[in-house]
Order: sequence, then C-alpha cells, then structure tokens
Amino acid sequence: MAIGLPHYLTVAAILFTLGVFGIFLNRKNVIIMLMSIELMLLAVSINFVAFSVFLNDLVGQAFAMFVLTVAAAEAAIGLAILVVYFRNRGTIGVEDINMMKG
Amino acid sequence: MIVQAILFHIFAAVAVASGVLVVSARNPVHSVLFLILAFFNAAALFVLIGAEFLAMILVIVYVGAVAVLFLFVVMMLDIDFAQLRSGFVRYLPIGALVGFILLAELVLVIGSWAVAPSVPSSAATLATGAVPLTNTRALGDILYTRYVFGFQMAGLILLVAMIGAIVLTLRHRADVRRQSISAQLARTRAQSVEVVKVPVGSGSR
Amino acid sequence: MAAAVVFLPLLAAAIAGFFGRAIGNRGSQLITCGAVLLAAVLGVILFRDILATEGARVIPLAIWIVAGGVDVTWSLRLDTLSGVMILVVTVVSSMVHVYSIGYMAHDPSIPRFMAYLSLFTFFMLALVTANDFVQLFFGWEGVGLMSYLLIGFWYDRPSANDAAIKAFVVNRVGDFGFALGIFATFVIFGTLDFGTVFGAAPKVVGTTMEFLGWQVDSLTLACILLFIGAMGKSAQIPLHTWLPDAMEGPTPVSALIHAATMVTAGVFMVCRLSPMFEYAPNALAVVGIIGGTTAIFAASIGMAQPDIKKVVAYSTCSQLGYMFAAAAVSAYAAAMFHLFTHAFFKGLLFLCSGSVIHAMGGEQDMRRMGGLWRKLPITYVTMWIGALSLSGIPFFSGYYSKDTILDATWAAGTAVGRYTWVLGTVAAFMTAFYISRVMFMTFHGEPRADEETMHHAHESPWVILVPLMVLAIGAALFGKLGSDFFVGDERANFWKSSLLVLPQYDSLAAAEQVPSIVRYLPLVFGLLGIALAYVFYIFDPGIPMRLASRLRALYLFLLNKWYFDELYDRLFVRSAFVLGEGLWKSGDGAVIDGLGPDGVAAVTRDLARQASRLQTGYLYHYAFAMMIGLVALVTWYLFPR
Repeated sequence: MAIGLPHYLTVAAILFTLGVFGIFLNRKNVIIMLMSIELMLLAVSINFVAFSVFLNDLVGQAFAMFVLTVAAAEAAIGLAILVVYFRNRGTIGVEDINMMKG
Repeated sequence: MIVQAILFHIFAAVAVASGVLVVSARNPVHSVLFLILAFFNAAALFVLIGAEFLAMILVIVYVGAVAVLFLFVVMMLDIDFAQLRSGFVRYLPIGALVGFILLAELVLVIGSWAVAPSVPSSAATLATGAVPLTNTRALGDILYTRYVFGFQMAGLILLVAMIGAIVLTLRHRADVRRQSISAQLARTRAQSVEVVKVPVGSGSR
Repeated sequence: MAAAVVFLPLLAAAIAGFFGRAIGNRGSQLITCGAVLLAAVLGVILFRDILATEGARVIPLAIWIVAGGVDVTWSLRLDTLSGVMILVVTVVSSMVHVYSIGYMAHDPSIPRFMAYLSLFTFFMLALVTANDFVQLFFGWEGVGLMSYLLIGFWYDRPSANDAAIKAFVVNRVGDFGFALGIFATFVIFGTLDFGTVFGAAPKVVGTTMEFLGWQVDSLTLACILLFIGAMGKSAQIPLHTWLPDAMEGPTPVSALIHAATMVTAGVFMVCRLSPMFEYAPNALAVVGIIGGTTAIFAASIGMAQPDIKKVVAYSTCSQLGYMFAAAAVSAYAAAMFHLFTHAFFKGLLFLCSGSVIHAMGGEQDMRRMGGLWRKLPITYVTMWIGALSLSGIPFFSGYYSKDTILDATWAAGTAVGRYTWVLGTVAAFMTAFYISRVMFMTFHGEPRADEETMHHAHESPWVILVPLMVLAIGAALFGKLGSDFFVGDERANFWKSSLLVLPQYDSLAAAEQVPSIVRYLPLVFGLLGIALAYVFYIFDPGIPMRLASRLRALYLFLLNKWYFDELYDRLFVRSAFVLGEGLWKSGDGAVIDGLGPDGVAAVTRDLARQASRLQTGYLYHYAFAMMIGLVALVTWYLFPR
C-alpha cells in the first residue's frame, strides 16, 4: 500500500500517546518525565514535517526547526533545575516531590 | 515503492518500541539510550519523506546535544536502580484507558481529515525555478526571509536558556579566590587610603 | 419667653449632661436648679399673659415634617390648659431639683441625675405645649424614656433595671394604642394639627370606619385608642403594674414623675382632646369605668402595703382614677383642678417620705418606723398637711378638688357617673384610712426601729425642707384660692376655649345642685377613715394583726396587689419568653444560622477541604489531570454535532 500522510500521522499519534503515558505513569524519577516530554515534542515534529511535505508547504519544516530549538532550550533548563533540586534534596524520586501539596 | 513501505514500517515499529522502552526501562541509562534510538528512527523517517535537512539536524541537535545532556545528568546524579513501585500498577488501567481514548481520537481525526481549500494558495513554496533546490537550500530561503523574526526569537530563547542554566546551577566555592571587577572599581578613597600622622622618629604603627 | 420656658431646662440638661464632669457636682446642680427655677418664674409670668389673652396662641418654632398630608411644625400652643400645666410642671420640678441637691448629695452620679431631671422637664413641657399630635407623642415618648432612665438610675441594682424595663414595656403597650389613635385621627381628619382637628370634630360625629373587620364609630374608636395610651402612662387598670415597681427609683424621681407630672400626662391628654372626647360619649364612658375602678382598686391595695413609698404610689394611681372619672362626666375643669392640687400634695407626700427615709438611713418599711414626730418636726407637720389634703379635709386643697369631682359625677346622672360616684366615695374612705395609717405608723406610737437608727434619725437639711414647705403652702392654700377659677363661677373666663364642654353634658354646672347628703358623704367617709386608722394604729395596735390573720385570704389578696402581676406573668410574660426562646434557639439558631452564615461557612469549608485534596503536590497527578482535560476537550469537539 502506498505510504501516505495517515501513516505518518498515526506514528506521531502513537509516539505522542506514549509520551503522555510516560508522564503520569512513571514513579521512578523525574528524568523519565523530561524524556517523555522530548518524545512528545518529537511526535509533534513528525506531524509538522509530514504535513509540510504532503501540502507542499515549507512552513511546517521551518516550524519543526523552531520546535527543535525550543526543545533543546527546555531540556537544558529542565535539567539545570533538576540538578539544583537534587543538590538540595538528595533525591529525585517523583514521590518525594510534593512540596506543592495544598 | 515496496522498499519504501517496508522501510517505513521497520522504522516506525522500532520508533514505537523504543518509545515504550523509554518509559518502562528500569535503568535510566537504558531509557536515555532508547530515547536516542527513537530519535534516530524518526530521523530515518524524515529522510524517507524527503526532509533530509531536518533529519540531519535531528541527529546532530537532538541526539548529539540533548540526549547526551540527558546522559550526562543521569550519570552525574548517580541514580539508583529503582524497582517498579506499586503505584504503577494501580494507575495503569485508568492511564491506559485515557491514553487509548486519546489515540483513538487522534486516529479518527486522521482518517477523516480534508485539506482546507485556502491552504494551497498560502503555501510557502518557492517558484519552481530551473535550478533543482535541495531541501536545505529551500529551507534557508524561506527561513531567512519570511520567518526571520521567528529565527531571531529562537536565537534569543537559546540565549536565555543558556544564561538560565548557568544562573541556576552556579555555586560559589568558598576556597576559590576570584576578582570582582565591579567591587574593585567601586572602591572609594575612604576605603583605601588612610592618612596617619606619624611623629618624627617613630614608626607608622 | 414661652420658648425660653420650654427650652431652658433642655439647655441646662445638655450642659449638665455633657459637661457634668467638667463643671462638677455643684456646677451641675446650680445650673439645672437655676434654669428650672427661672423657667418657673417665667412660667408664672407667662400664665398671667395667657390669662390676659383671648383664645389660644400658637407660636410656631420650626417646620419638622412636610410629607403628603402630614404637615407637622414644632410649635407652642399657649392657652389656659397648657399654662396651668406649665405652672405645675415648672414649680414642682424646681422644688424637686432643689430637694435633690440635698437628697442625692452623697450619690456618685449627681450631674447625670440633675441632667435627667431637667431633660424630663423639657419633655414634659414639650408635651403640654404641643399643638399637634406628633409633638404630643414626642413629649409622650420622651417622658417615657426619662422615666425609664430615672427609675433605673441606680443601674447596678438588678431590681431597678427590671423595674425600669417593666415601666417602659407597659408604657409601650399603652403607646401602641396611642399611636393607633393618632393614625385613626389622621385617617378621620386628614391632619394632625389640634386646631384643625378640634374644628372638624363635630362634623365627623356618626361616621364609621373599618377596624379589624368591623365597622365602628370613628371618633369613638380614635378616642378609645388614645385613651389606651393614657391608661399606660397614667397607670390605670390594666396597665398599672409598673407604677409600684417604679418606686425603685430615687424618691425625687417618684415625686416628680410618678406623682405630679408624667402620670398626669394622660389626664392632660384627655382634657386637651376634650373637643374630640365630647363628641364620643361611649369613649368617655369607657374612661369613666376604668377611672372609677382604678380609684377603688388602688386604694384597696394601698391599705395593706408596708412600704411607705408603695402606699403613696398606689395613692397616686387611685387619685388618677378620680381625675379620669371627672373627665368622663365632662368635668374636665374638675379633673384639671384635681391634677393641680394633687401635684402639690402628692409631690409633698413623696418628698416627705423621702425625708423620712433619708432620716432613717434608707429604711422604707413602715413596720420598722414609729415615734418619729419629735425627731422630724417639720417633716411631720408638712406631711400632715399633705395627708389632710389628700383625705379631703375642708380648708385643705384636696377637699375642693376631690369633692367637686364627686359632686360632678353624681350630678351627671348617667350610669357611669353614679358608678364612679359610689366607687369614688368608698375610695375616699380608703384613702383617708391608708394615708392616716402611714402617718400613725411612721410618726406616732412606740419606735419599732433599733436604737442605732433612732439615734441617728435627724431632721433633714434646709435644702430638703424648703421645698417641703413651699409645696405645703401649695397643698394648703391653692385649693381655696383656685377653686373659683378652676371649677367655680369664674371657670368660663379662666379656661376660655381650652376645654370644650357641651352644654348637655355640663356636669359642673349641675354639680351646684346636688343634694346635701351627697355633697357631704365623702367628707364623712374621710373622717371615718382617719378615725378608723387612729383606732387601728394608736388606740389598739394589735387590731390589724388579728384582722389580717382572721381574713388571711383577703389580706394576702390586697397585699399581693390582687395578683395582677402573677396573672400577667402567667399570661404574657411566660408566653413571651417561650416564644422568644423558641424563635431564638430554633428559628434564629437552627434555621437562619444554620442556613445562613454558619451553614454557608460550613459548606464552604467542606467543599474547600474536598477540593484541596486535588492538590497533592505530585506533578504526575497534575499532568494526568491535564491529560484528562485534554481528552475531554477533544471528545467534545469531535463528537456532539
């Protein structure tokens, strides 16, 4: 069968769902959470690129580049926060991060 | 075309499998490695589709920088192997349900979409000239002209992220001496010079 | 000048009230006494002026209410009726002020007392010079308020507080009727101005209005409702229960308010509204029945009371009954005359009682007095003058006024008139008896107080004795001097248009012709009363004891005021308490608080507590919530079309 847009979009959807899963299913540590976010961003990029190719519109790819940029920046900051948090608390177990409890 | 289809399915399957293993691997280092694998496969998909510039960028930036950064941090934090905690199983049903619903909806959307009529006219395509454009060239052409603001913003975001990362994690070590130029320059006469009347013959103490 | 008479006491009250601490005790006493004495002098001059002018004079002061049909102006109505009242109020008030300097000399709150007395005087003067119902009501309420404040003057005494509240509440019941009467008047006449109403009264005779579903004669209804107010203020049955308890207040208060002035406001009101009452004979009949019944009822209780002030209080109640009985047979002039003389001799009796109490170091129970006439000679003489006046002995003023009333009630010839004559004559016997009882028990016989008290008993200082003597002069002489003018041949010229008496009801004219036996019977009864008291308390002091134990039930009945208080307690007070508690605990507490503030607060608190359980602090919970939200949104947009 010819590989068309729906296939790519399906792959992206699955990856996105997996990323979402990862955020609230993980009980181990925060790094998994950050990686899930990266997965989601990857899925979104696939989406953009797929559409851009099939619609003959380059803006999708340009935007995918921006997504990449932002993902990199966010990963950097997120890990910096994580490092500082670890320095202060000594653990990155997700269950211990509940200082926002109201 | 058959080759394309087979390759697509291989890459897609591996990407999905890596995604699953990212989330569920025990060892965090393994998780990072599987993430890298997912990125690679996504890049391959991009190549298949014809966006090779983006594929290479994905490999260089995502894999080479972001995933390695993750690896650094994981190694540095010296995280223990954590057992799968019981909460995982408790939330699995409801989480699976929610995820499945989401997936189903996404697929539904995909199955029934149609291109908006106005899209082709606003496509940022270039005039099909005689010179065959590479993907890179084409991207560069629109990025630095139509979307130059976005480009600059992206640069700014990266700058802020860099500064932010440094600011967040900077530690002053007590035993390291360093100069503070601004403090040196802000010194006043009163702080540095003291006039002492010394009688003839005695020392200055 | 009239304005000065009315407002000088107000000014003095304001100064003493607000700046009492600054000007000190002496200062407040001087200012208030000075102001009221000056007002009294001006009142006398004003009275002469009034006698000289023909007809009522109205001095407008300021506009108060202009709303729809209600047009009320602060004004002073000066005619003989208000002139007489001004005279009574200012003279008696000034004597009480001077008396209070001595009596309250050791009290810690002198400026407050003097200010209250002066303020009361102002309100009373505003009442008597009112030219419309609203100002009358203003003065009415004002004196009620001052009565409350003065009865409860020693506010650290629970019994005084209770008595003050009782006075105010019972007055309130009367005032409710009064207010309804004013409303009825407004509905009938469309205005509240005295002049207009009096002029229009003849025209509304026979009209009816709707009241609680029935058609009643409008003027009668209005007059009866207004009289209910008078019942409350003047302590007539059934709203009399507050007067004996009002003796909790200091004696000057009892003398001023509960003998001479406030309680007479009811009588004044009926006489002032004589142009209305004359055209409502049924209302006057009600007035008469209640007045006569009260006269004998209160006198009977007075015979058995051991407390000297209570006896005099019941005497007041009884004498007020006489005044109302007079008004009921259209002998308004006689009622006013008796009011005038009564103010003097009753005020005198109260002040003398105060002098005795002062001498006995606060003792008020006559069973512990006796043999004081040598120690308190001036008090003794003046009090006898008052007592003889009250008993209706010739030459003293009470004889002229009381006997005129009884003659008029007989001469009226109506059933109500005869009824009140019989009761009044028997009450005359009782009156003479109880007041002579007081005199004999207090001043004569063997001293029943202990050595210590008798040793300390001394005549009161001059500042107390001078008012006694002034009032004694009034109690002795004003009757003879004034009888011609008030009720005698000169009365038409004297009263002019301030009292209206329709010719067919003029009982005073007919009173000239009563048979001699009728005329002299009250005097005989009075002398009999004094004689009986002599027998009981001097000749053979053991008789009362034996009589009381023989007729124990009757004695207790009289001693306990015919059990009126107990009756009211059972009927009204208990039910009010039950209702109040029910509404408080269940109504306010459970329902309103439960649904309102407390309930809402509790529900809010619970809801908030439930809601705060969402804030677990775990990031993945939040992410999960976001996911669910996202899924919901997507579902919403995908499906319902």
